Amino acid sequence: MPEPLALYVHWPFCLSRCPYCDFNSHVRERIDERRFRAALLADLAWEAGRLGPRPLASIFFGGGTPSLMSPETVAALIEAATRAFPPATPPEITLEANPTSVEAAKLAGFRAAGVNRISLGIQALDDSALAFLGRRHSAAQALAALETARALFPRASFDLIYARPGQTRAAWRAELRRALAFGLDHLSLYQLTIEPGTPFARLHDRGELVLPGEDAQAALYRATEEEAARAGLAPYEVSNYAAPGAESRHNLAYWRYLDYAGIGPGAHGRIMVGGRLTATARVRAPEAWAEAVERRGHGVREEEELSAAARAREALLMGLRLAEGIDPARFLARTGVALADALDPAALAAAEAEGLVARTTAGGIATTRAGRLRLDALLPRLVR
Amino acid sequence: MTDTPLHLIRNFSIIAHIDHGKSTLADRLIQACGALSEREMKDQVLDSMEIERERGITIKAQTVRLIYPAKDGNTYELNLMDTPGHVDFAYEVSRSLAACEGSLLVVDASQGVEAQTLANVYQAIEAGHEIVPVLNKIDLPAAEPDRVKTQIEDVIGLPADDAVMISAKTGLNIEGVLEAIVTRLPPPQGDAAAPTKALLVDSWYDAYLGVVILVRVKDGRLRKGQRIRFMSTGAVHTVEATGIFTPKMVPVEDLGPGEIGYITAGIKTVADCKVGDTITDDRNPAAEPLPGFKPSVPVVWCGLYPTDADDFEKLRESLAKLRLNDASFHYEPETSAALGFGFRCGFLGLLHLEIVQERLMREFDLDLIATAPSVVYRIHRTDGTVMELHNPADMPDGSVIDHIEEPWIKATIFVPDDYLGAILTLCNERRGQQVDLTYVGNRAMAVYRLPLNEVVFDFYDRLKSVSRGYASFDYAMDGYAEADLVKITILVNGDPVDALSFIAHRSQAEKRGRAICEKLKELIPRQLFKIAIQAAIGGRVIARETISALSKDVTAKCYGGDITRKRKLLEKQKEGKKRMRQFGKVEIPQTAFLAALKMDA
Ligand SMILES: Nc1nc2c(ncn2[C@@H]2O[C@H](COP(=O)(O)OP(=O)(O)OP(=O)(O)O)[C@@H](O)[C@H]2O)c(=O)[nH]1
Ligand SMILES: C[S@@+](CC[C@H](N)C(=O)[O-])C[C@H]1O[C@@H](n2cnc3c(N)ncnc32)[C@H](O)[C@@H]1O
Ligand code: SF4
Ligand SMILES: [Mg+2]
Repeated sequence: MPEPLALYVHWPFCLSRCPYCDFNSHVRERIDERRFRAALLADLAWEAGRLGPRPLASIFFGGGTPSLMSPETVAALIEAATRAFPPATPPEITLEANPTSVEAAKLAGFRAAGVNRISLGIQALDDSALAFLGRRHSAAQALAALETARALFPRASFDLIYARPGQTRAAWRAELRRALAFGLDHLSLYQLTIEPGTPFARLHDRGELVLPGEDAQAALYRATEEEAARAGLAPYEVSNYAAPGAESRHNLAYWRYLDYAGIGPGAHGRIMVGGRLTATARVRAPEAWAEAVERRGHGVREEEELSAAARAREALLMGLRLAEGIDPARFLARTGVALADALDPAALAAAEAEGLVARTTAGGIATTRAGRLRLDALLPRLVR
Repeated sequence: MTDTPLHLIRNFSIIAHIDHGKSTLADRLIQACGALSEREMKDQVLDSMEIERERGITIKAQTVRLIYPAKDGNTYELNLMDTPGHVDFAYEVSRSLAACEGSLLVVDASQGVEAQTLANVYQAIEAGHEIVPVLNKIDLPAAEPDRVKTQIEDVIGLPADDAVMISAKTGLNIEGVLEAIVTRLPPPQGDAAAPTKALLVDSWYDAYLGVVILVRVKDGRLRKGQRIRFMSTGAVHTVEATGIFTPKMVPVEDLGPGEIGYITAGIKTVADCKVGDTITDDRNPAAEPLPGFKPSVPVVWCGLYPTDADDFEKLRESLAKLRLNDASFHYEPETSAALGFGFRCGFLGLLHLEIVQERLMREFDLDLIATAPSVVYRIHRTDGTVMELHNPADMPDGSVIDHIEEPWIKATIFVPDDYLGAILTLCNERRGQQVDLTYVGNRAMAVYRLPLNEVVFDFYDRLKSVSRGYASFDYAMDGYAEADLVKITILVNGDPVDALSFIAHRSQAEKRGRAICEKLKELIPRQLFKIAIQAAIGGRVIARETISALSKDVTAKCYGGDITRKRKLLEKQKEGKKRMRQFGKVEIPQTAFLAALKMDA
């Protein structure tokens, strides 16, 4: 039976750039939606041609701001994807939406197009924080969008950004409690990251934007876990919290290092082609990508067959983000390397002794909460 | 050009205190004689090493041949040697002096006589030089040529009435310098018919030419095809080329008596070349070698280890090549429990140490770890034997030590009145003993005896900071004396790191121990585990710091698009781990070793 497939579709446009964001997003006065829809469909068709039929497990419309697409475009893409990759069971179809009033008005259309899970970029529940983050919506608008979304979609989640400058633990707990009180079964809670090249990075370099210190960030993280746990949400990944069974299946495919195809500008994929695990990357700039598709039928910029060592490293750096850890059988099947051989035994023993890593019942390994919080320091030692 | 009669040759060194303008004067002389085109010219053109240009100081002496049509109607061949001013490179100066008959003593007319002015002029007098004082920077509003002339006469005892007044920067009176060179400095002597005798002044390694040798011919000639012999090693080679520096390397037919130039002889064995050796003709050898040079005696030692153990052989080759170009640098193999195989290296001072490390890293692309610098102690054992201790890690057990002696220096410090108090306090803090204190105008000259150990760490930096840069300093070794010294061991999570151990006077031990622990706390990044840093004397802990464990270090967002980037980052971090030394579970970045040594006591 062929591998199930997770499909990522990138929509590269936003109404404005948020000062913290380094995603592949672009602001255009006018977007030629017909052209980009046609190009996405062509990119998808090309990918389907070489992958052959596989059961579609999930689709994720990410961005940029995919809620700027028209529901018709979304419908056409879902239709094409399910035709090319007939699902065995109903696929999870997520769309990232920005909670402005314009976009909220389109939610019903997205639902009708087949989207069954919505992920709202609320970011903060406080208007001054939203202004600081450069968002184009108020807290009230965001909550209104949330109400609409919940009424329409069987599954909904939203994103918050915390560990903002000056944010105290008490203030964050209060904000988070309000967020949890909506009773959703999934939230993505990210600590603010200064990404190089962004306006925030320039402020940060000049000392005009000061993040909470390392210890304060750790305390904020623990507070987040406590509050989420109280609402029945477990941290199944570093920044993702869900009730049992409500995890994002699409995102789990990344962390479990399963097959995913990425279409659209700058999209990445990890796909098994002819028994070889291949990393794919598409042209990043939107117009250049569209031209590439129009000229040669696909937007691929680069493909690389991954070595066993590279596969093992990738599977580790993704898998150790998950609370469930790494399954040894799946690891061997995907990478061709036994889990034990991919790790430095002395570093593993030390990390276990320090309570950073633990064995799983399946004979694999998982990071503990303490280990997950320090994963970037742990990985270079652990990985061979 | 090659047949210049002796009376038309002048060989001279330019000597001065640091920054008094030697290299800038060399620029003007080169320009005045048209040796370089305007396009080829740049400031301090002879400071050709990258480090020299970055730091604005001369490290290596450089030679240039100039052709000067003098007012007396003759055309002279001038061989100019620009020398460094810093005390750590004094060996460059002494070798240059041996190749010349005269010196231009450059004195900054706004600063006056400084410590290295004195030190260098005494060396020149000892070398039998004729000396022409040159007052530089008279363009500066603060210049006081008359006061400085008096100072030269009072402090050095050199007549300064006809000192040449110039501005090397603006080019004022460069003609006066050139005329003084031909009229006041003596020509060389030598016998073209006698067996060849040439002094090996300097050498360096060139990837294409092999070893290049700078020579001063005393008697006879050197020419292509000649079989030459190095009198001390006995090695025989055939001259492949002879040439001069203009300052570009330009081949000439031969080098005759009184001339300075280079030879190449296809030499690949670096060990065949020793500065100070005499080169003679293999078939018609000279009876006696030239006196050569006094060997340089390193005053500071430290261990140098490759960060990547695989680079040990490369380090060995690189040291040999560097030594060829830096005769004041010494090295011998050693091993360290913490750092593996490396070399114990001797230097003339801390700046010298720093420069050598930097040259090794840049010119030979090596990553190095340096251990704490140490002076040479004399350990008198209870059985009456004496050992010279270059490495604190080799300190024998206290029970077999009768007593320890440490080296002392005699330091000469020039400082404006206003800062004298601060300087005296500094010297007293460092266990100094005042020998002399005199005044020349509003400047004081303090002579102190100080333990060298108190000077190698950060004395020079402190001297400069307490005097706002106005004090100058020179020193000479001044015997050994018994002292109450202890070895301080640094422990990281309970394991001694031999590379960080050092020796200090008992009265300073605690302060030093605390300082290094604090510094290491700053320099070692937080890690997955708590780290205890301790300083101990024997079993007794005298200072302690704790680096708490890393509390959070994880990327918040990581999805499908980030995998490649994250993997590459991970691979880079793993590569970066090679630049860390592992002590038990603890990783110490290489920068911590060097920086910990530069701490303020
Ligand atoms: N105003 C002025 N500045 C000068 C003059 N001569 C040199 N300088 C400046 O003094 C500084 C030091 O000049 P250098 O020629 O590098 O001095 P140096 O004696 O070769 O220094 P070391 O080789 O490091 O001992 C530079 O910034 C020069 O530009 C001068 O006649 N007038
Ligand atoms: C693809 S992005 C944005 C999706 C959508 N355009 C939006 O802004 O709502 C997904 C999420 O990453 C998070 N994010 C983006 N940049 C971040 C940063 N620098 N630090 C922390 N979280 C960030 C935000 O919570 C954002 O909702
Ligand atoms: S955070 Fe979302 S809306 Fe803001 S620039 Fe990034 S992708 Fe666009
Ligand atoms: Mg100079």
